[in-house]
Amino acid sequence: MTSKASATSPAKQLVLRVNGLTKAYRRRRLGWRSHEVIVAARNVVFEIGAGETLALVGRSGSGKSTVARCVAGLEKPDAGQISVSGAMIGELGGCDLRALRANFQMIFQDPGTSMNPRFTAAEVVAEPLVIQRIGDRSTRRARSLELMQEVGLAPSFADRKAAEFSGGQQQRLAIARALALKPKLLVLDEALSGLDLSTEAQIVNLLLDLQAAHSFAYLFISHDLALVARLADRIAFMAHGEIVEEGSIPSILEQPEHPEVRVLLASARTAQSTLAALGFAP
Amino acid sequence: MDPACESVVVVSNLSVTYQPEGGQPVHALDYATLAVQPGERVGIFGESGSGKSTLASAIMRLLPANAHYGSGSVQFQERNMLALSETELRRIRGAKIALIPQDPAQALNPVITIGDQISEVLRAHCRMTPDERRTRIEELLAEVGFDHPERIYGTYPHELSGGQRQRVVIAQAVACRPSLILADEPTSKLDASLQGEVLSLMRRLSEHHGIAFVLISHDPTVLAVFADRIAVMYAGRIVEEGSKEDTFRRPLHPYTQALISLSGRYLISGSRGTRLSAIEGEPPNLTTVERGCAFAPRCPDRMQTCSESYPRQTTRQTAHRVSCFKYDE
Amino acid sequence: MKRAAHRALRVVLLLFGVSILCFLFTEMAPGSFFDEMRLNPQISPETVSALRARYGLDQPLVVRYGRWLTSVARGDLGFSVAYNVPVAPLLWTRALNTLLLTTTVMVLTWLLGVSLGVWSAAYRGHWFDRIVATASSLLISIPEIVIALGLLAIAIRWRAIPIGGMMSLDHDELSAWAKVTDVARHLLLPTAILVFAGVAIVIRHVRASVVEVLDAPHVRASRSLGIGRVRLLFRHVLPVAANPAISLFGFSIASLLSGSLLVEVATGWPGLGPLLLEATLSRDLYLVIGGIIFSALFLVAGNLAADLLLIAFDPRVRKGTLHAD
Repeated sequence: MTSKASATSPAKQLVLRVNGLTKAYRRRRLGWRSHEVIVAARNVVFEIGAGETLALVGRSGSGKSTVARCVAGLEKPDAGQISVSGAMIGELGGCDLRALRANFQMIFQDPGTSMNPRFTAAEVVAEPLVIQRIGDRSTRRARSLELMQEVGLAPSFADRKAAEFSGGQQQRLAIARALALKPKLLVLDEALSGLDLSTEAQIVNLLLDLQAAHSFAYLFISHDLALVARLADRIAFMAHGEIVEEGSIPSILEQPEHPEVRVLLASARTAQSTLAALGFAP
Repeated sequence: MDPACESVVVVSNLSVTYQPEGGQPVHALDYATLAVQPGERVGIFGESGSGKSTLASAIMRLLPANAHYGSGSVQFQERNMLALSETELRRIRGAKIALIPQDPAQALNPVITIGDQISEVLRAHCRMTPDERRTRIEELLAEVGFDHPERIYGTYPHELSGGQRQRVVIAQAVACRPSLILADEPTSKLDASLQGEVLSLMRRLSEHHGIAFVLISHDPTVLAVFADRIAVMYAGRIVEEGSKEDTFRRPLHPYTQALISLSGRYLISGSRGTRLSAIEGEPPNLTTVERGCAFAPRCPDRMQTCSESYPRQTTRQTAHRVSCFKYDE
Repeated sequence: MKRAAHRALRVVLLLFGVSILCFLFTEMAPGSFFDEMRLNPQISPETVSALRARYGLDQPLVVRYGRWLTSVARGDLGFSVAYNVPVAPLLWTRALNTLLLTTTVMVLTWLLGVSLGVWSAAYRGHWFDRIVATASSLLISIPEIVIALGLLAIAIRWRAIPIGGMMSLDHDELSAWAKVTDVARHLLLPTAILVFAGVAIVIRHVRASVVEVLDAPHVRASRSLGIGRVRLLFRHVLPVAANPAISLFGFSIASLLSGSLLVEVATGWPGLGPLLLEATLSRDLYLVIGGIIFSALFLVAGNLAADLLLIAFDPRVRKGTLHAD
């Protein structure tokens, strides 16, 4: 693995630290043969500081979603340490983990399936507060409205059912919900795919604004290089469960080293040149 | 392409309305007009709510039960699609017109082998012995890029990767050598790296067999690589239409211009933190019938007449058509 | 291999458990076979004790269980004090009769249920679907005994089919073909009752899962490829919708021996049901236990069949899908 100019400056506070993360899945087959073991992530190491965005890029099956889920506490790694704001979360489960969950939240790819469609918008956003038993009804509602405003949803939408919102609006709700516990880290797993161009633009702008205001650390999983270039400070390429190259965006784009990364960038370049030839400009 | 040939499909002033239960009617298509020549590759550029998927379904008469055809017609190879019976339609679907759906993971039957699934298409439309079918299927699988067709024949969809599944779907679509293929966002669920491969495969098949394509996408990269002609849709209408060069380089309609400036986002540039430009306003409300242009509320160049009536279609040089009052003489 | 061995072990343990429970419960239940005899002044207490000793019923529970186990290992299920014959052959004959009835019922129920379920789903909302839905609701809400009595009443009025029993009085004198038709005619009534009672749930299950699959993207894709309606339903939709139905089918197999008790008693069909009922009422110990073990065996076999069917029909189950540990 090559790393270029990627060390976080010591002045920045380290929010997420992943060391030696390894996770394997088993495929149980019926019959005489033994289980098939597929190593989804192997010895993954990276760090993210406050206000920074690291993008995890790779093909499907490269392990990026597995890493995201482990960091978000949705799966337990087989080996390795994950620490968020100094607290080790890799080994924890259940109640211990719940207390620490305020520090990191995840935004999923399909907002429609990540929230209860029968909940009202206010209920969706207040759910983390309910689970962590923070405040009472009125304070929770006030906080919901505050959060909705912050993500650009009018308070008049508060009592609409989640199912009635558009995809982009639902993703805003998901972001508002994620902000409820004042996390330090947001894991965005393909959170922008499937959105319209204009909606996507609005959400990207929202994410940039929020990061500037609150110094969130973002772990951004995507296979869209153009989006990554706009949102991320550094990029880590994954292939076959390992990080094969990591560095800042400009340096990687100019001088990719690993063959897989080169192939990825080359295929992106052909599409780019077609677009540029037609007069598209960034 | 023989200029004397008739069009493969002509959609004229087609209107389609959905009637959801207990809700307002949604006007998905509103006097949409489109003509596709044999072997031509047309790209439909639009966002969600533009009616692009409805257009594809409408051409194949595959709309859900609560959809209602209003005015207009769909002519496929001189036959009026709206007048055909279900039996006649079944003979056309899959054989003369095929659909490549969006999500390859969902488009294949999970409990039937790949070989059998392609075989189903052949059985439905071609008279062949089982051996002939088998040979043909292996030919098709090789044509779409599988190195070992015999091995793929007996596998199930969940054993294949996303890119492989999309190839199988394409193999199904071309199995009976259709004249027209409708592809609805065929690469949006695939990795960016696979996009190029799938698009060049489809282009190769189109050129080789003279298959006309209508490819629907919101991603200009896809259209730039694949299509020859672009039609831009907004709120159920085609607002601009022209060659790829004309439409992308010299967009006429304000919506097209806005989309193209938004599409700069698809270019990789190292400008971290720059905000993306967005079109102001909300997507069009399809439950109301506008008298004027649906884009008017969001249009930077709107005039008084824009909300009063719908602009006629004007044609500039080289078959570049646009419906906008700015160009109405 | 390990899994199959685990399964087999579980089955054996289950049967052990069932047999122990049987012995315990019959021991705890009041009365014994000989109570009636004891009340009869014509039979001396010594005769009763002698009889008890002969059948080994005066031994302690554990000894009796042990002796029963050893004889089961030899294939001997004990002796029926009421019928005065060994238990195993008696059970077997009656079980065959029950199986004849229930297998016929199962075939008919499922053929009818699957077809009606699939067509209802395909034509949901139309009058056909509504009629079938209403009829199934009615049938599900009417208790089996009421259906039985209702059909019995009709059969008695109608006088076209024999009521009660499995064979006519002159069965042995009939030709081979006539024997078959004779049994078939006697089968009509109990079969009709059981089919009416059981088909509704199959229809509803099948309809529900087919409706769900009909909206799936791959079905739309198949329609767009011009696949014909019937083929689409039975080759493309049904296999995907089959899983819940297959589980239900497995349970049907499990209840092959036990589900028809009421109807057998009501129509006088000489099956396992009436036998076990009488045996329980008269405390015919080994017959009761033998019958229960038989049923338990069938139940287990049925569950196993359900699992195997699922494996055979769903490649996703067969080939396994990825999951974390």
